[in-house]
Amino acid sequence: MKITLSINGTNHEADIEPRLLLVHFIRDLAGLTGTHIGCETSICGACTVLLDGKAVKSCTLLAAQADGGNITTVEGLAKDGALHPVQEAFWECHGLQCGYCTPGMIMTTCGLLKANPQPTEEEIRHGLEGNLCRCTGYQNIVASVKVAAEKLKA
Amino acid sequence: MSFLAKYIGQKVKRTEDPRLIQGLGHYVDDIVLADTQSVVILRSPYAHAKINAIDVSAARMSPGVVAIYTGADVAGKIGNVPCAAALPELKVPPYPVLAQGKVIFAGQPVAAIVAKDKYQARDAADLIEVDYEPMDVIADTERAAQPGAPVIHEQFGTNIAFHHSAGTGDIDAAFAQADRVITQKLNHQRLAPISIEPRGVLAQYFPGEGQLNLWSSTQIPHLMRTQVAIMLGVAENKVRVVAPEVGGGFGCKLNVYAEEALLGWIAMQIKKPVKWIEGRRENLAGTIHGRSQIGTVQVAVKNDGTLLGLKYDVIADMGAYLQLLTPAIPTLTGLMLSGCYKIPAISMQCTGVFTNKMSTDAYRGAGRPEATYLVERLMNCVAQELGMDPIDLRRKNFPKPEEFPFPTATGLFYDSGDYEQALEKAMKMADYQKMREEQAAARAEGRVMGVGVSTYVEICAMGPSAALPAGGWESATVRVEPTGKVTVLTGISPHGQGEETAFAQIVGDMLGVDLDDVLVIHGDTAIVQYGIGTFGSRGLAVGGAALAIATDKVVKKARTLAAHLLGADEASLTFENGRFLGAPDDRSMSIQEVALAAHTAASIPEDFEPGLMATHFFEPKNFTFPSGTHIAQVEIDRETGDVKILRYIAVDDCGNQINPMIVAGQVHGGIAQGLAQALFEEVVYDENGQLLTGELMDYAVPKAHQLPHYELDHTVTPSPVNPLGAKGVGEAGTIGSTPCMANAVIDALAPFGVRHVDMPLRPEKLWRLMK
Repeated sequence: MKITLSINGTNHEADIEPRLLLVHFIRDLAGLTGTHIGCETSICGACTVLLDGKAVKSCTLLAAQADGGNITTVEGLAKDGALHPVQEAFWECHGLQCGYCTPGMIMTTCGLLKANPQPTEEEIRHGLEGNLCRCTGYQNIVASVKVAAEKLKA
Repeated sequence: MSFLAKYIGQKVKRTEDPRLIQGLGHYVDDIVLADTQSVVILRSPYAHAKINAIDVSAARMSPGVVAIYTGADVAGKIGNVPCAAALPELKVPPYPVLAQGKVIFAGQPVAAIVAKDKYQARDAADLIEVDYEPMDVIADTERAAQPGAPVIHEQFGTNIAFHHSAGTGDIDAAFAQADRVITQKLNHQRLAPISIEPRGVLAQYFPGEGQLNLWSSTQIPHLMRTQVAIMLGVAENKVRVVAPEVGGGFGCKLNVYAEEALLGWIAMQIKKPVKWIEGRRENLAGTIHGRSQIGTVQVAVKNDGTLLGLKYDVIADMGAYLQLLTPAIPTLTGLMLSGCYKIPAISMQCTGVFTNKMSTDAYRGAGRPEATYLVERLMNCVAQELGMDPIDLRRKNFPKPEEFPFPTATGLFYDSGDYEQALEKAMKMADYQKMREEQAAARAEGRVMGVGVSTYVEICAMGPSAALPAGGWESATVRVEPTGKVTVLTGISPHGQGEETAFAQIVGDMLGVDLDDVLVIHGDTAIVQYGIGTFGSRGLAVGGAALAIATDKVVKKARTLAAHLLGADEASLTFENGRFLGAPDDRSMSIQEVALAAHTAASIPEDFEPGLMATHFFEPKNFTFPSGTHIAQVEIDRETGDVKILRYIAVDDCGNQINPMIVAGQVHGGIAQGLAQALFEEVVYDENGQLLTGELMDYAVPKAHQLPHYELDHTVTPSPVNPLGAKGVGEAGTIGSTPCMANAVIDALAPFGVRHVDMPLRPEKLWRLMK
């Protein structure tokens, strides 16, 4: 079947098998490998992208379900060589170690802060419950989200 | 080594991060080679079964299929999966890369399907018909050691892989002199490391050159190169292993698995690149697990709390096969049974057994968490028995700072430490007395509150080569390029620890160059001289030590040339902030100018080798022994059994710190994994050897809202073992936190008459105890 997805502002048209997962469309067809696969069951959130502004798990969505949608991946955040405030915050707060969960964490944070621009610590921790990190113990990720919220407010 | 510390000791932002936060890093699956074929591994659904036949005919006809290989195809062509650990009379069963007529754990590779894409490979895997004849399964660790249990490896006639004894001192006399003996059986449950990036291999073969390239998500690229070359019968210098960006390891990638050699061999057969990326279900079933010891501890003690002796009789679960270090893990437990206490006599009797489960091996802490947990749990049991405060009991048995290097009855010499100082600091941060008052008040209201403490020491910076199967040294090359840029080649293979930054900090300060001018290269055997890798909290304390010495050699060499060019005595030159100063006429030269002169070599001293680089292989004379105190305050919900962590305090001592931000990050992550063991995680197999926790929906990796805010501080007792005075910090948090949390929860349950509960301390278990 033929579908069209806009990924980071670029249109991608492809004739795909109906069973193709969105994450494989993004990684294999669009060649954007910043979106990672960690569990294939929607638990770890490494594959999180924004679909029409909402954070979704691209490993359990079919590409066909996203037909006509606007997708933002981690590669689409920095503009003209300047990091996105959420990316800056993760860097400043040491919100990553191995970096594998990071794109998903960053995209979830983008979705979270859009829905709730000034979250409390508890709201942040619950907002991140769809994303697993094995390296940081979450403390610096929570700090990153707080700092990102401040940066986005400014 | 004297230099201005501009970067060392500072919270320098990581140089790794810009690529990672933009999704521009390259993990194995992100590397794309033209015409790469996908490999899917068909795995056994049975824990123990004879394979009567495998029919791949339908699968071969499936669209896109290029090749299918079973055990028969690789027999005699690919060597066995290696075990590097050496123990007396260790029984090492042959571990084929694809099952040979029999499977002995659920998840064992049975066939490899190669197809044009991963969907087609999976489709074809579903069409393979394997005729399995199920056999009796032995999944229970204790029962595996008993007569009459089904024998997994018939040639041994037993499931016992080895017996191992450890410890010295007159243990019988210690127990004879004891006022009391406290005995406790403990189960140290099986865990899964769960790096968020699963394993993966990409293999490419160049028939003309006879060159095999392997990209693998590994912690040990050089050791893997050696082993894969042996397994495939290929010259080692024709194998290049690259560990690209690696998404966490925690020990599970400190191994050589079937898939690396298998993928390499397939690439050699079909002359096309092949890629295998592990799924999470495969990861839980077919990547090593950790821990899994069940044993009984006995502590001999005087009524005043003086420890006299400790005995540990334990059965360690090897799983079905021995992976790279499987049987070595419990020997590390034996080394650390003295904890941070004076215990004159120690005895461990360990039996390693085969079971129809995935192999155990090194998982963050690797043998030491088991030791620390049992020692720290028993300290609380002893304190309870004697009616002492658990902190007073600990303090009474600490060695004093002046007693270091401190000899233990397990044959070690702890390098340095001040256990009392960390304990005091943690108690002050926690306001320990207030915590106890709050607990008393809570109990009076019928609430269930507990305070836990653990004072731990661990063995790190692995280590003296005589004590390790493949050498414990580490290598570094420092090269100042003609333009003055500095290239570092390190034999360690970091995968999230941030050594690209920390090492640049060291070199930046020692050479007086800008941090951005230092490039740290790791994880490519074609570029980097042989190295051992990253595990056992060794990156900085061994690899960093090699780096510091190599950098010092570069400065010495540069000094010789600078003196020559400046017409000065070497001894009269000082090297400050990247410049050689003190020449007679006030002339000076920067390290960059010296580097250029060393390469153009127009004017060099008689015996001077052109170029400006140095390599050092650092052999540590001892391990290092980081230590610390963790304190936790918890409240358990009486209605649900849910544990709420009210406060978590950790004071760790990893010696000198290069980047305190990275150190704190390591401690955070370590604590999280330790708390995960105490409260949530357990790999569960049923009696048929079926993995019941085969997905992240069932295996409980904690989420952000389940973990606390960690309050950290540190003490610094530099290690005398290496020139940086660093001890290592990768595993400290994991080792200190598990017993701390268990002690807190069990302390909370004391009013219910509970002395001990095995982990994980999940709500249902606690709720039942409070009924």
